[in-house]
Amino acid sequence: MTTTTPPTSAAQQFALRRHSPLQRVQHLLHAHPAISPFLVLVIAFVVFSTLNPRFASPNSLSLVLQQVAVIGALAVGQTLIILTAGIDLSVGAIAILAMMLSAKLAEGQGLPGVLAVLLAIAVGAAAGALNGGLVTRLKLPPFIVTLGTLSVFTSIGLLYSGGQSVQATDLPPVLSWTGESFPVGEFRITFGVVAVVLLYLLVGYALAKTAWGRHVYAVGDDKEAARLAGIRVDRVLLSVYLVAGAIYGITAWILIGRAGAASPNAITDANLESITAVVIGGTSLFGGRGVLLGTLLGALIVGFFRSGLSLAGVDDQYRVLAVGLLVILAVAVDQWIRKVRA
Amino acid sequence: MTATTHSPGSRPPAAEPAQRTPVLSARGLVKTFGKVVGLDGVDLDLYPGEVLAVIGDNGAGKSTLIKCLTGALGPDAGELFLEGRPVHFKRPQDARDAGIETVYQTLAVAPALDIASNLFLGREKRRRGPLGSVFRMLDQKGMRREAAQALADLGIGTLQNVAQAVETLSGGQRQAVSVARAAAFGSKVIVLDEPTAALGVKESNQVLRLIEELRSRRLPVILISHNMPQVFEVADRIHIQRLGRCAGVVSPSSHTMAEAVAIMTGATTLERTPGHATS
Repeated sequence: MTTTTPPTSAAQQFALRRHSPLQRVQHLLHAHPAISPFLVLVIAFVVFSTLNPRFASPNSLSLVLQQVAVIGALAVGQTLIILTAGIDLSVGAIAILAMMLSAKLAEGQGLPGVLAVLLAIAVGAAAGALNGGLVTRLKLPPFIVTLGTLSVFTSIGLLYSGGQSVQATDLPPVLSWTGESFPVGEFRITFGVVAVVLLYLLVGYALAKTAWGRHVYAVGDDKEAARLAGIRVDRVLLSVYLVAGAIYGITAWILIGRAGAASPNAITDANLESITAVVIGGTSLFGGRGVLLGTLLGALIVGFFRSGLSLAGVDDQYRVLAVGLLVILAVAVDQWIRKVRA
Repeated sequence: MTATTHSPGSRPPAAEPAQRTPVLSARGLVKTFGKVVGLDGVDLDLYPGEVLAVIGDNGAGKSTLIKCLTGALGPDAGELFLEGRPVHFKRPQDARDAGIETVYQTLAVAPALDIASNLFLGREKRRRGPLGSVFRMLDQKGMRREAAQALADLGIGTLQNVAQAVETLSGGQRQAVSVARAAAFGSKVIVLDEPTAALGVKESNQVLRLIEELRSRRLPVILISHNMPQVFEVADRIHIQRLGRCAGVVSPSSHTMAEAVAIMTGATTLERTPGHATS
């Protein structure tokens, strides 16, 4: 390129240069962030079913789906918040709070099952809105806000329930309906799993196809640019925390079905596990990039490792080790693809 | 303004600005911040199809003036007229709705979103029928088509793929996206707030060409800049801010760069330096 060439054609020439294979991979991953978790999932499936053919049996895979359902559902809300460059440490605490409030009221006061479910969703939404309000009104970092509300919601849940579990048999059947299953071929699918799939479809649609979704990405990408473009940033953030809270409320319902009880000590590591699923799924912790499908893949990868390694007769600590390495790898890949240039 | 200076000059538009209705005019704008006076009674007129540069030292009130014109700040006193009608902007969105678009120096684009999404950010188009009204579905195809058209209109040939993420673009190209966004929606006035401050020489030239392009489309432009050579290259008239007041309005053909800078810094005044082509 010489200085006599007009800049436009020089730029065009530059754009037409050959990319190295590595650059092509970088571009591909940049355009489709779910590719890497998808590859990991496929490789994990092949390896684990080779190690122990029972891994690929409908029975075992059905179980994986049920195990993944709760964290998978929480991770939907977590994805929304991480896309806005936030983080939610109170995911599990909100789900437990919503679950214990509605379970206790349904057990003692005889609150009808359907109302108890709606109450759980409302409590989740309110708790999420509180997080969102603290983030937008008081301008506190999401990490600090949700670290605080993690303790607050956990303790309220424990105090209110007196630390006691409520068995599903003492609850209206609607509350544990999510644990009921039906056959699909040789698979057994619970209604909880169906609910999770619906959640992914609904939120995935909202993120990819609506203006609200665009605004969520824009706010996480560059808050100031979003504001200058006329987006009401605080309103978008508040809606994200509220919707995430409602999703945690729905998860409480799925959790009762899965566990067969409402226990205040369930899913204590839900915050870290949901963040793990989101990060392995290729969503950037810096906000503004990632797809919900990746989160689903991320949650499945963790489920595959748990089931696959245990069927291979390996100590469960190797799963913890492998998931830890995957997290670091995923963030490293994210950092790399952020540097993409045309 | 003491005297509206203008010159026939070599530039096609702004032939007889004094005889036309200004697109945007401000009268007696005052803005104070406690005891600090930001604007001390500023008048400004922007005529159809012209590029009006606003220059001034730091603290001269350039930014405050622009913020008052674009709704980012409400003036304490004074009036704004858009096409002769009084207007009151409470927030930037009001000015935007009225047809005044602003391009910021900070490259106000969302890097991970594609070009088309950035062009339509904050005013996305939905699909027609129930898909749009009930299911809120975006008209992605339509937005991409219009974005491609908007870029082509401005002669930004290098940005052919509007589905490309903005972060893959250079600074100049990103600013071009901002300018294209402003041009696509700014029906009346485009305000460029130091659009080249974050750019290199080559990229700045790209933006200057876009400004010329806007002028040829008869869109009036207010250009705030520190860069005198750029101002003298594209501006039809130059509004000089000094200490919260307008120290005069000159044009590249009436005054030299040195004279403009002297007025801007207070080394001289417009009265003492009337310029060689002033009528």
